[in-house]
Amino acid sequence: MDDRITLRLARYRPEEEAEPTFEEYEVPCRKDWVVLDGLNYIKDQLDGTLSFRWSCRMGICGSCGMTVNGEPKLTCETFLTDYAPGPVRIEPLQNFPVIRDLIVEMTDFMQKLTTIKPWIVRDEERPLAEGEYRQTPDEMSEYMQYSMCINCMLCYAACPVYSLDPKFIGPAAIALAQRYNLDSRDEGSGERLDILSQHEGIWACTFVGECTEVCPKDVDPAGAIQRYKLDAALTSLKSFLLPWGAR
Amino acid sequence: MRAAIAIAETNPRLRVAVVSKVYPMRSHTVSAEGGAAGVIAADDSLDEHAYDTISGGDWLCDQDAVDEFVKEAPQELLRLEHWGCPWSRTPEGRIAVRAFGGMQKKRTWFAADKTGFHMLHTLFQTSLKYTSVVRYDEWFVTKLLVDDGRVQGVVAIELMSGKIQPILAKAVILCTGGCGRVFPFTTNASIKTGDGMALAYAAGAPLKDMEFIQYHPTGLPFTGILITEAARAEGGWLLNKDGYRYLQDYNLGTPEPEPVLRSMELGPRDRLSQAFVKEVEKGRAIDGPYGAVVHLDLRHLGRQVIDAKIPFVRELCQKYQNIDPVKELIPVRPVIHYVMGGVHTDIDGATPLAGLYAAGEVACVSINGANRLGSNSLPELLVFGARAGRAAAEYASTQTDPNSSLLAQAEDERRRLERDFLHKTDGAERLATIRTEMQETMEQGAGIYRSGEGLTRAADRLRELQERFRNVAMQDSSRTFNTELTAVLELSFMLDVAESIVHCALRREESRGAHQRTDFTGRDDERFLAHSLNYRNSDGSSRVEYLPVTITRWLPGERVYGR
Repeated sequence: MDDRITLRLARYRPEEEAEPTFEEYEVPCRKDWVVLDGLNYIKDQLDGTLSFRWSCRMGICGSCGMTVNGEPKLTCETFLTDYAPGPVRIEPLQNFPVIRDLIVEMTDFMQKLTTIKPWIVRDEERPLAEGEYRQTPDEMSEYMQYSMCINCMLCYAACPVYSLDPKFIGPAAIALAQRYNLDSRDEGSGERLDILSQHEGIWACTFVGECTEVCPKDVDPAGAIQRYKLDAALTSLKSFLLPWGAR
Repeated sequence: MRAAIAIAETNPRLRVAVVSKVYPMRSHTVSAEGGAAGVIAADDSLDEHAYDTISGGDWLCDQDAVDEFVKEAPQELLRLEHWGCPWSRTPEGRIAVRAFGGMQKKRTWFAADKTGFHMLHTLFQTSLKYTSVVRYDEWFVTKLLVDDGRVQGVVAIELMSGKIQPILAKAVILCTGGCGRVFPFTTNASIKTGDGMALAYAAGAPLKDMEFIQYHPTGLPFTGILITEAARAEGGWLLNKDGYRYLQDYNLGTPEPEPVLRSMELGPRDRLSQAFVKEVEKGRAIDGPYGAVVHLDLRHLGRQVIDAKIPFVRELCQKYQNIDPVKELIPVRPVIHYVMGGVHTDIDGATPLAGLYAAGEVACVSINGANRLGSNSLPELLVFGARAGRAAAEYASTQTDPNSSLLAQAEDERRRLERDFLHKTDGAERLATIRTEMQETMEQGAGIYRSGEGLTRAADRLRELQERFRNVAMQDSSRTFNTELTAVLELSFMLDVAESIVHCALRREESRGAHQRTDFTGRDDERFLAHSLNYRNSDGSSRVEYLPVTITRWLPGERVYGR
């Protein structure tokens, strides 16, 4: 007989109820089961109406972020036994509108992503016939960490600035902007700086670093934001000292 | 994503709709680990890549398609480099390549062991700069709209609102990936339910070579998480319970301390997975809580190589298996990974149905034949995604606007979804039960080794499950993000795809590549040097026809590894 554990799930069915409620389900608490296995057990065996997103269940697609006992987590790599004997409280990610049950709306992030121009910007594109851009392992290591973001939204759920000001472009988007800024093949950092500096919020980030703490891929968005602030400050200083020469 | 960019670049006046049931950066390409093959090294040649691919595919590949593929693969990989993909580099800053199974030269480009992740995010992010590309994120396609012999759009459910509506188009490209979820134990993500294959089949396009299903030899037990072939390319060994590199007993070469190309652990996936079954039969595997396993040994590589070349392997083992491959053996077993078959297309991704194109795992061109080589699928989706995009753009530029009669068809589809699922009040069968029984049927009947008897039984069982599916019970009648509705539609797709796999496998009375029959143990080029084409008849039954393989330069020969 397996041990069992109670999952206390936030339910929200907008066609039926005005406010989220909680429902409890008991699931097996097996050694190698993650929270997501528990949710699938409920969906398949107990209640087909439960809604949540998931896909790769190997921590790389970024779909299954939820709030587990108050903390933002990827549920595919959060083990049930770590919460034994339970109950475990599972809610949608914070700071986002809830569509239904454990599913949040992330259209806002998708729009923000486009605004920071997350692609290689160049004045002149290199013809394919000239082969690859040379980029040494050292040059790669400048931006690699920031390229590891899986867009799981845990950092937005943890961000105190985003919770107060949804216009804040947010940790993952800024980290991605830095990913391209620091890429030796890219020439778009000036454009991105202009875009980012139009957004307030970034100066409100106090570097408490919740985003970095919850990041499942060690991207360190807080570091990216600090680095951006420094670049922005230097640029505005340069434009003050060298009004025609700064870029 | 590659197709969308190709359309935008071919004709910027065309409007491109990317319709996906998940956000594009969640697509399963994200999970690909090891790499992407493309000839770049000075000692390598296109002919060698072509030969490896064709012999690896047990001569079922179309050689004209393979020639185009190997020629364009390096160009496409380079294009991705220009778009920002962080390919791993040599100390001088050039593209680095690694060894891979079945390849005689080092030609696999890699981004550490998150190659698919970096490729997908690079493509997705690059696609954002094309304003003609409009995304329908989290829209679930239920039907292809066909009129006048042409595909002219789809019907889809917007998941957030539950709205069911047509998206009309002058051409449709399927890029929906594979169908690993028809089996119980797979590396494939939950979204890999064969949607595109089933949609094309229902619309009248044939599925090709569906009997060829690839088991990857090294999956983690229980989760089915893939341990990339790169782990063996970097020097990992496969050991049985005696610590013996058992592949030497299966005509795959002799063990050397350093990895040898096209030998031992770097043999092709079909042969390695078959060797596993034999090893279990001999009682030389290890018993684990989820059945027999063998061991993958990386310990001799040392922490430094593991962290530099295959860090994700270590991360996955530590997170999911609670073991550290620097110090411990990794338990592995073969796991369903890839389907060589798919929607029948020509070299430009065009299906026999006008207006319908397909590229990537959903399609069968065929460059993979009876067994795909590791690191050929990522360049395949670039090369044929781009080709399909260009061909579809040219086709669409010459077409008139879609017929308004399609709206009536779409209306019928909406009514069908409401009647059969959303408003359904009767029904006694549990969705998950039918799904589990289908998966078990497939594993028992259409696994690594198959027989006529087992396949016939599987076909009967699937027919029975199709009947029971009509009586499925629905609990969720809500419109908002109804994941029970998507799950039931996915199950209906999977049942069709599963039947196609079994029917094709039953009729192929030979053993070739990943299709091994215990009752027909040899390859039979007389009868079966041909692609299976599985059509849906108008009464819903299916028929299989055969299409000769295109042979241009390499006559069928023996597959030699380790010599």
